[in-house]
Amino acid sequence: MDVLFALLAGVLTAAGVYLLLRRSLVRMLFGVILLSNAVNLVLFAAGRTTRAAPPIIPEGLSAPAGAVANPLPQALILTAIVIGFGLVAFAFVLLYRTYATFGTVDADDLAREPERGEKGDGG
Amino acid sequence: MSHLLVLPVLVPLVTAVTMLLAWRSRRVQRVGSLLGAVALLGTTLWIAAAVWNDGVQHLQVGNWPSPFGITLVADVLAAAMLVIVGVTGACVLVYALGSIDAEREGNGFHALYHLLLMGVCGAFLAGDLFNLYVWFEVLLITSFVLLVLGNDRSQVKGAVSYVLLNLVASLTFLAGVALLYGIAGSLNLADLAVRLPEVDAPGLITTVSMLFLVAFGIKAAVFPLFFWLPAAYHTPPVAVTAIFAGLLTKVGVYALIRVFTLLFTQDVGYTHTILLGVAALTMITGVLGAVTQTDVRKILSFHIVSQIGYMVMGLALFTPLALLGAIFYILHHIIVKTNLFLVGGVAHRLAGDFELKNLGGLYRAKPWLAVLFLIPALSLAGLPPLSGFWAKLVILQAGLEAEAYFAVAAALGAGLLTLVSMTKIWNEAFWKPLPDDRSLSPGTPSLAAMVTPVVLLAAVTLSIGLYAEPLVVLAERSAAELLDTTSYVQAVLGEPPTPPTAEVR
Repeated sequence: MDVLFALLAGVLTAAGVYLLLRRSLVRMLFGVILLSNAVNLVLFAAGRTTRAAPPIIPEGLSAPAGAVANPLPQALILTAIVIGFGLVAFAFVLLYRTYATFGTVDADDLAREPERGEKGDGG
Repeated sequence: MSHLLVLPVLVPLVTAVTMLLAWRSRRVQRVGSLLGAVALLGTTLWIAAAVWNDGVQHLQVGNWPSPFGITLVADVLAAAMLVIVGVTGACVLVYALGSIDAEREGNGFHALYHLLLMGVCGAFLAGDLFNLYVWFEVLLITSFVLLVLGNDRSQVKGAVSYVLLNLVASLTFLAGVALLYGIAGSLNLADLAVRLPEVDAPGLITTVSMLFLVAFGIKAAVFPLFFWLPAAYHTPPVAVTAIFAGLLTKVGVYALIRVFTLLFTQDVGYTHTILLGVAALTMITGVLGAVTQTDVRKILSFHIVSQIGYMVMGLALFTPLALLGAIFYILHHIIVKTNLFLVGGVAHRLAGDFELKNLGGLYRAKPWLAVLFLIPALSLAGLPPLSGFWAKLVILQAGLEAEAYFAVAAALGAGLLTLVSMTKIWNEAFWKPLPDDRSLSPGTPSLAAMVTPVVLLAAVTLSIGLYAEPLVVLAERSAAELLDTTSYVQAVLGEPPTPPTAEVR
């Protein structure tokens, strides 16, 4: 099971890095999304994948009876997914603004665009 | 247990929520924002006093015993950083009240500003790695929005590289957190400090430490990961750039210091040698970038990069004297750098431009502004008797003691070139006559609000320079705490550390 997770995380990372190296900003953002999923899988695998019981303490006891699965990585991943979603949503809006302002999402074309706009720069 | 520690998070949060509730009233927002910033300064001073008198303070949020639950810790370093956040936060806010335009204010500048301060304070207080990750994201998303607030052409362009590179940095950080959790089974910093030396896989830990180096290196803008900074920092209004320049990269440096003193000290010969190389190259490339620029804000942005090198050099040498120097350098630098951006903003208000060729005649028109520029500028370059001199002196002395001659040479060369580019700004903006087709605008009433923080910060720089001893004592105590982690660990975990019992496959 761990080997599968490792392979999947590796493939996702490789694909993410490949996309990050493209010129299109949209592809770069897709690369970030893939990387974030790869990292979440690593986080999940780091908590050990076990076929144990859910971490519920039976009534009357103060500790779970027998081996239970580790719930902490899932809480961490959930937090990371929510944060990642917010950041990616912002990044998509930013890319849309970039396209609306400059008419391109190609990193090379963007680098050639002049910086000064009609509004000037604030002090 | 000290409930005081939630205040630096709570005060900006309450202020920001109030700002959102008073969305329609600019006047309420301006007054409330100022009150919030002053209250934050007060709480940080309070915490600093508590830490100074009673040692490391810590709080388990929700009363979960450590190492479980959310831990907030303030040692001397964290407390000193909090005070600096309070000082620069209040000063830059006063400047913003005089300089920021109504459109940006109406679109939530004040709420975002306080949320940014909240993120920075939280990052300084965080006692476990995942919590640190969350605070990084809080300050990151608010910095994104502040960076593009106003929707200027250049702002959008600068933000693209800033956003994408910082997203990658966050993911690298999270991957490091995941692997560390897999190795040690804990994310609490104090708990990790106890467990990591017991782990029988030093190579694996060193590998993970490099993930952290890359992640925090991007945040701190060290060589070769700094390219997002000069691309973005000159685009937003000066008030935003000043607070970014003062605080954000320094959060990265703080995180580097934290993990490379508390966690990754197994193989100092390897990790800290890499840090030393990174530091030297950061100093040189940053200052060379600055020399080629002609826009005041871009020159200052490249100097941020170069100055980060000195701080990382102090960490890399890893001796008590070097860490003392690094901490002194951070504290002095935040004040100086913020102030230089503010002076640049005042010059822009008067002369209407940031391009050196369009500036001029400021010495003749406003001699007081020239003095206010010279204090932080010469301090940045490290001339006695200003604060930068002592900071550089300590770092160089530590470098010579450790026989790191290459890094010392880089530091001296970077210092000289810093002086060159400060002289360039002086010659072009202050000394040469104003170009014929341009005129200086007379001071407006709001100029007073812009100049007051500049005077205050310059006074801080001067007093650190003339009477450096209190800050040296503080930095010395902080460095001792960083090198001997027992006080930190004991404060968080309570009883003297016991060997870990968790089974690690």
